[in-house]
Amino acid sequence: MAKPKVATTSLAGCFGCHMSILDIDERILDLIELVDFDKSPVDDIKTFTGRCAIGLIEGGCSNDENVHVLQDFRKHCDVLIALGDCATMGGIPAMRNTLPLKECLDEAYLNGPTVYNPDRCIPNDAELPLLLDKVYPVQHVVKIDYFLPGCPPSADTIWQTLVALLNNKPLDLPYELIKYD
Amino acid sequence: MSTKQTLKRVVIDPVTRVEGHGKVSLLLDDKNVVRQARMHIVEFRGFERFILGRPYWEVPVTVQRLCGICPVSHHLAAAKAMDLIVGADTLPPTAEKMRRLMHYGQMLQSHALHFFHLVSPDLLFGFDADPAIRNVIGVARKFPDLAVQGVMLRKYGQEIIKATAGKKIHGTGAIPGGINKNLSVAERDAFLKDVDRMMDWSRGALKVAKDYTVEHLETLAPFGSFDSNHLSLIREDGAMDLYHGNLRAINAGGDTIFDQVDYQDYTDYIAEEVRPWSYMKFPFIKSLGPENGWYRVGPLARVNTCDFIDTPEAEAARQEFMALTGNKPNNITMAYHWARMIELLHSMEKIVALLNDPDLQGTDLVAKGDRREEAVGLIEAPRGTLFHHYKVNADDQVVMCNLIVSTTNNNEPMNRAVAGVARDYLSGNEVTEPLLNHIEVAIRAYDPCLSCATHAMGRMPLVVELFGADGALLDRRVKE
Ligand code: SF4
Repeated sequence: MAKPKVATTSLAGCFGCHMSILDIDERILDLIELVDFDKSPVDDIKTFTGRCAIGLIEGGCSNDENVHVLQDFRKHCDVLIALGDCATMGGIPAMRNTLPLKECLDEAYLNGPTVYNPDRCIPNDAELPLLLDKVYPVQHVVKIDYFLPGCPPSADTIWQTLVALLNNKPLDLPYELIKYD
Repeated sequence: MSTKQTLKRVVIDPVTRVEGHGKVSLLLDDKNVVRQARMHIVEFRGFERFILGRPYWEVPVTVQRLCGICPVSHHLAAAKAMDLIVGADTLPPTAEKMRRLMHYGQMLQSHALHFFHLVSPDLLFGFDADPAIRNVIGVARKFPDLAVQGVMLRKYGQEIIKATAGKKIHGTGAIPGGINKNLSVAERDAFLKDVDRMMDWSRGALKVAKDYTVEHLETLAPFGSFDSNHLSLIREDGAMDLYHGNLRAINAGGDTIFDQVDYQDYTDYIAEEVRPWSYMKFPFIKSLGPENGWYRVGPLARVNTCDFIDTPEAEAARQEFMALTGNKPNNITMAYHWARMIELLHSMEKIVALLNDPDLQGTDLVAKGDRREEAVGLIEAPRGTLFHHYKVNADDQVVMCNLIVSTTNNNEPMNRAVAGVARDYLSGNEVTEPLLNHIEVAIRAYDPCLSCATHAMGRMPLVVELFGADGALLDRRVKE
């Protein structure tokens, strides 16, 4: 029987949640026996090769490209897990939500003490995705099946969740693993 | 008709197996000669603005959320700035050494992650190998011993971070003026038990990187290479120091541009140019101007700028490395990997020395002095010099924040490497997946952390699209 597939992505996150996946350490070698990785930063598969059992989403949505990737994950995955506080609540990037976006851009590209910008330009190339007015948690954009809190959720939290779901067991995390930061 | 209209656009989106989300755009003329090559950073966070008004003591914990790969670097750079804000000009030895231990643990885990998990597939299988196996899982299947060593070296570094910072990712150990815990005897003994194995594996990793570079030197030497200036922190006696020092910059031939500059004055020496096509700015040395003042940072720059390394095995490795280029600075892009593994061994040697230092069990953890309003904190992060600069008002609120992250310093060099490889390998050819991977190989040499650079992170498929002058799609390839 073909192994179930797992896909992962990082949207407006810091990659710390992906590092926490890697923090399962030696168990990675067990994991690649249990599942095949599809689209994910841990391998070189860049577009979905088929239906996935589980999709892990790090980070919220900060630009239009994040939205498209997230919608693509919903389309291809049976179960979507919001991994960490950024996906669940927007996290630190959502601190910009109380401010006009323009102020953030001005601070970075016009006002900083080391800025050299004689033309006073703000990056605006067609190659750059469109920034959203705010940073949105993932459940504001698509339906999410599970939420794992933490910044990042610990490796044990991620490991136990994956093992339970892959074995069709109920997800019953001990109290110590459910932590907010 | 302007030339622009006759050019075809090729996009690599995103660059993969790097830490973060960037893309490359190429403009080709009708003979497929590359006319323009750019690496774009496509995410933006706005940290410098939304941190304003927050209490200063919160910053070392919040700012590391820029980057989950090297959170310790941001944690410590911010803490070093906040030390000065609270007037702690000198930290108690226990505090400084705990932070150093945390930092060397961070170097070890980050360099191991980059070398084993991200880059080794290119080196072991070849730049144009089948992408289905050209990944860390392929390495785990074909070279299980090496994969396990990579996983365990990284784990050791992560455990050290946990013991010093409280958590493997986004810890809280460094506080303004010091540290919030020491190292228990039990923690120390658990680490000491494994040091021989870790030293062996670090030597092994260095050997893999060195042998690979030497064996393939003919291909690697010109690969995305160019002369450049180099910048890093340096100890007062000229030794490599990853945690603290003064700024030194040298040119491609090894002549001094400036030396032993107090980094509190960095704004007199460094500026950053804004270009409309990237969220990542382009730093340069002010005295040389934006055209000629750009420089490289990170392992290659550090090995080039230092006079010596103060641990014996890494110093022997450095001498061997420098001999390759006649003791002049090494300007080979692909030599970054070798230099990075010299630092991996150096960090491991430092860890052993620190673990044997009884100061780590000291109980004097925090210093304090007269409050300041402005301070700069610098550190040599795994990817290079990291600048944090803050102003704090009398109500303890941050009123100014400026960050130049390591990867940003390498913005111009990465763009040059992309342009060079595109010109040498793509020009005149049909665009294929293996050729595009060559461009990514050059970018990966810099171990760019685009997460940091966007003050961001995300990965997507590599899609290359060729458009004709009229905007019509000519060819599309998806890297699977
Ligand atoms: S939840 Fe924390 S670790 Fe995860 S992406 Fe956000 S900031 Fe990084």
